[in-house]
Amino acid sequence: MPDGPTASERFLNGILPENPVYRQLLGMCPVLAVTAAMLPALTMAAATAFVLISANVIISLIRGQLRPHLRILVFTLTIATFVTIADRFLAAYLYEMSKVLGPYVPLIIVNCLIISRCEICASKQTVRVAVADAVGMSLGFTLALVSIATVREVLGSGTWLGLRVLPEAWPNWGIMVLPPGAFLVLGLLLAGVEWWGQWRAERAALAVASVSRSLQGQSGGAAREEEASSWKA
Amino acid sequence: MTNSRKIRGYLQQAWLVLLLAGAYGGALAGVQMTLAPRIAENRRRETYQTIPQLVPGADRERTVELWISDREGNPARVYRTHDAEGRHNGWVLPASGPGFADDIGLLIGLDASLKKLTGMYVLDQRETPGLGDYIRDADFRRQFQGHAADTPIEAVKSDPQEQQIVVLSGATVSSSSVCRIINTAIARMRGPLLQSQAAASAAGGDAREQEL
Repeated sequence: MPDGPTASERFLNGILPENPVYRQLLGMCPVLAVTAAMLPALTMAAATAFVLISANVIISLIRGQLRPHLRILVFTLTIATFVTIADRFLAAYLYEMSKVLGPYVPLIIVNCLIISRCEICASKQTVRVAVADAVGMSLGFTLALVSIATVREVLGSGTWLGLRVLPEAWPNWGIMVLPPGAFLVLGLLLAGVEWWGQWRAERAALAVASVSRSLQGQSGGAAREEEASSWKA
Repeated sequence: MTNSRKIRGYLQQAWLVLLLAGAYGGALAGVQMTLAPRIAENRRRETYQTIPQLVPGADRERTVELWISDREGNPARVYRTHDAEGRHNGWVLPASGPGFADDIGLLIGLDASLKKLTGMYVLDQRETPGLGDYIRDADFRRQFQGHAADTPIEAVKSDPQEQQIVVLSGATVSSSSVCRIINTAIARMRGPLLQSQAAASAAGGDAREQEL
């Protein structure tokens, strides 16, 4: 008997139904700060995924030994360690990118997405489920960063991943690479995702209603036939 | 007895935290030892790329890295710059000190006679995004050019006079920290550099400093 969602449920939930950015509004700081272009957004997504997966694995492994009043301390200690490793790795192998990301890599420590997954899933479920959860959430976070960065880089610079995708004549929308552009794009995409979710829910409700009507029709017909036959008898 | 029981109680509660802290500390020390040389090399490369901006006319291929004893006798790294013809035209001093959030690392450019600041570059900073991190901007850095090196630079909110720069709005601490780091570094290194220059010219103008 499983004591929570299964690994596949955790994995799928993280991508869209419980997307950390579009559904839970977590990790807003990097979402707004590093999405002016695709490369910093992808690097941030990779660093966050590394920290999230590593922290979930460790916390799940030691979940039997966690004391309730010390668990947040253990989560923070674990997350801070992996963030420092990611920060040093970037400074060693992706030096220019580490300068572009600046303080936002150390700030992964305070990304609520990671500590919330440790609390909600890793401290309660098996390593397999914790890894599936971390990978799903990482993909969801990456999807959000990439979608925002795509809009901002294409409209703001006419490029995508540094490659020109709009004609040279395109007047780059400067606001898109500035902080107000991040808020505008995030707001519009959030509204779009919300509208899409409501539209799907309405369609599902309509489908359920039509099925129940047709079932009612069938059962009503059967009841009338039964009544008629009893009168005949 | 009571104390030992208390300590035993604490250890029973916190053994996992202590164990993890030790393990994570060891892991981080290993990561740092492995990656530190590579990070230092990246910083060195960036320093060399920046030298022509810090000392006008400097040729980075002809820049010489030296270790000079500072005012307190501690070894300090400096860069002696030369132009394309090999004439000594300036100095670059790496310096660091506390900022608002973390240490700020700077490169300070000085002319050959150590009388004037020729440039400033922010090598490392973790100041507040959108406020303190503007210390990297060219407009802020340009304010330091041309100031005398023998008088401390002061940060003011408006109407800068001689030896004064205007602080960044909302980032007074970061701006003042940059001034303090520059003043300290120059005070620490100017005397020893002048002495080493005088010794070199006395020895026939040979530009080789004593390496520590």
